[in-house]
Amino acid sequence: MVAGQSSPGGSQDAHPVVQLLTPEGERVHDDEHSPLVAHLGADDLRARYRDMALVRRFDVEATALQRQGELALWASCSGQEAAQVGAGRALRPQDHVFPTYREHGLAWSRGLDPVTLLQLYRGTTHGGWDPATANFHLYTLVIGAQTLHATGYAMGVQKDGAVGTGDAARDTAVLACFGDGASAQGEVNEAFVWAGVFNAPVVFFCQNNQWAISEGNERQMRAPLYQRAAGFGFPGVRVDGNDVLAVEAVVTAAAERARAGEGPTLVEAFTYRMAAHTTSDDTTRYRSAAEEEVWRARDPLARLEAHLRASGGADEAFFTDLRAEGDALAERVRREVRGMTDPEPTSMFDHVYAEPHPLVEEERAWLTDWVAAGGEEGR
Amino acid sequence: MTTLTLAKAITAGLRSAMDEDAKVLVMGEDVGRLGGVFRVTDGLQKDFGEDRVIDTPLSEAGIVGTAIGMAMRGYRPVCEIQFDGFIYPAYSEIVTQLAKMGNRLAGAGTLPVVLRVPYGGGIGAVEHHSESPEAYFAHTAGLRVVTPSTPQDAYWMIRQAIASPDPVMVFEPKRRYWDKGEVDTDAPAPPLHAARVVRPGEHLTLVAYGPSVKVALDAAEAAAAEGTSVEVVDLRTLSPVDFDTVQASVERTGRLVVVHEAATFLGLGAELAARITERCFYALEAPVLRVGGFHVPYPAARIEEHYLPDVERVLDAVDRSMAF
Repeated sequence: MVAGQSSPGGSQDAHPVVQLLTPEGERVHDDEHSPLVAHLGADDLRARYRDMALVRRFDVEATALQRQGELALWASCSGQEAAQVGAGRALRPQDHVFPTYREHGLAWSRGLDPVTLLQLYRGTTHGGWDPATANFHLYTLVIGAQTLHATGYAMGVQKDGAVGTGDAARDTAVLACFGDGASAQGEVNEAFVWAGVFNAPVVFFCQNNQWAISEGNERQMRAPLYQRAAGFGFPGVRVDGNDVLAVEAVVTAAAERARAGEGPTLVEAFTYRMAAHTTSDDTTRYRSAAEEEVWRARDPLARLEAHLRASGGADEAFFTDLRAEGDALAERVRREVRGMTDPEPTSMFDHVYAEPHPLVEEERAWLTDWVAAGGEEGR
Repeated sequence: MTTLTLAKAITAGLRSAMDEDAKVLVMGEDVGRLGGVFRVTDGLQKDFGEDRVIDTPLSEAGIVGTAIGMAMRGYRPVCEIQFDGFIYPAYSEIVTQLAKMGNRLAGAGTLPVVLRVPYGGGIGAVEHHSESPEAYFAHTAGLRVVTPSTPQDAYWMIRQAIASPDPVMVFEPKRRYWDKGEVDTDAPAPPLHAARVVRPGEHLTLVAYGPSVKVALDAAEAAAAEGTSVEVVDLRTLSPVDFDTVQASVERTGRLVVVHEAATFLGLGAELAARITERCFYALEAPVLRVGGFHVPYPAARIEEHYLPDVERVLDAVDRSMAF
């Protein structure tokens, strides 16, 4: 154990982890990482708390919308708000994020309207936004595939000369998100190889939320994930993923390293998926209530709230107002999701190719005629 | 006009594209210092540098996956998959990511990635070096699939593929790499997705593509000696397929035989048979026949000649069609 480092639990409790805020809300000093967030005042801490609280309120609303039949599916990020908001706060506008499908907190941090995320989960589109607007790529559902896209994008950043210039508005890092389950995928390990070999400006950001649907870490890895980076030739660090300050500090350092042209870093944010994998999952079949209770005590919001209250960084009115803001957000999300219209049937033929493809056009014309002639009315 | 092998015609096409657009990159296993195992990228790294001609890790999913990321950053990567049978580690990145990304982006971006795949048998190779996996990819919406049969087409197809905003797979007939032909780098290119009548005829239409075009032309020559006038169509493009050109030919001849090295079961020939039967049922004098590989793993080299469609098997199909 190193000063300022403790063990947040799980199956790999014995390993060192960067922590700057304990579950009880007490600040911990760490010579390496504390200076990276030392400039944050009470207003900054409140801003991070606000991010996490609104993301959680949004998440609760999305879960309800799925239960009400408004969404086909929902993948909750509950419990991972600190990991995502902390990472998001460490990025600059020109940095680019390649998310999984559970990165709602990162999307929020990048400035994406959360309603936008729900189009995919409602089933009105497979995408939903222009990655360039917030430098936030589309969600990727094929586990780990996006880590290679991130690495290739980062190689492009290198070719553009957008690393190591010292220009804070130009040097660019790429955040490649994935989970503990994805760490078993070949493509993730290939991404490690490529990023290492080409010294690409990638931050591999693994949210180890302990569960890949029903399978725990012991089914995905024999050795702690952060240690794997050494074999690929770059540093790996485990951070308390429920500590927004520690994640922000660790990702800030990793992103700065990438932007400076010093290559990739693997950040393992040790956290917990407090909800089920998705709304189609049933956690009671594979994990205990006692385990969930252990992690509930490490809740990322609760610890920052405790710190803000104890330090006088926020008064009761702040929390009251924030609850009202969250409810207003939820109300808007609900209204806008219910107002989403289904796409035109023939829109499925749009953008299959950038330039016309005769077969697609032939079939588009057929479906157009079929619908116009009432061919679907016999259903 | 210059005489080049099919391989060197591709080299020339790559060189022209790289000269024209600094965003064009070449990447793959051994494509740099070695110039590729077939030397198709020979000399490119020397002239364009390691930054644009990239020797990659031995990682096919990595090649395609990172190419996707580079394309998102504004580059136009041209990836070499060293051999047909080694494309499968990249299959998920091609089918679940590359093919669908433009659709998911819905106009917010394109994926101008080219995958070059040496394919087909007849070179006496060991396992996994002689396969014809084109139908897997032609079956996938979002990909364009083409295959040249001549140096002239090879030069222009690679250039057109690189210029396309869509992902394009170029299946290169490896046993024709060393065949020479005239290449006119000033001639206006025929459309990328057009089939072409390469030998006119009256009695029967023979459709082939890639390495099989030469087999079809040889068979047509032999059939002519026996009094049967065979029209040969080089399909050239497998997605989209130029059914109009095939239809026009079959409406004249009334008969169709399709030749390819890939297994006939669910191959391009099956799709051609279905579509052409739908389009010209009343013009057909005989069922559409197919000559192709068997439903077996590509056989060992010492018996591959019994697997590959040859002139005799094509002529047998021609005879069977004419007998109807």
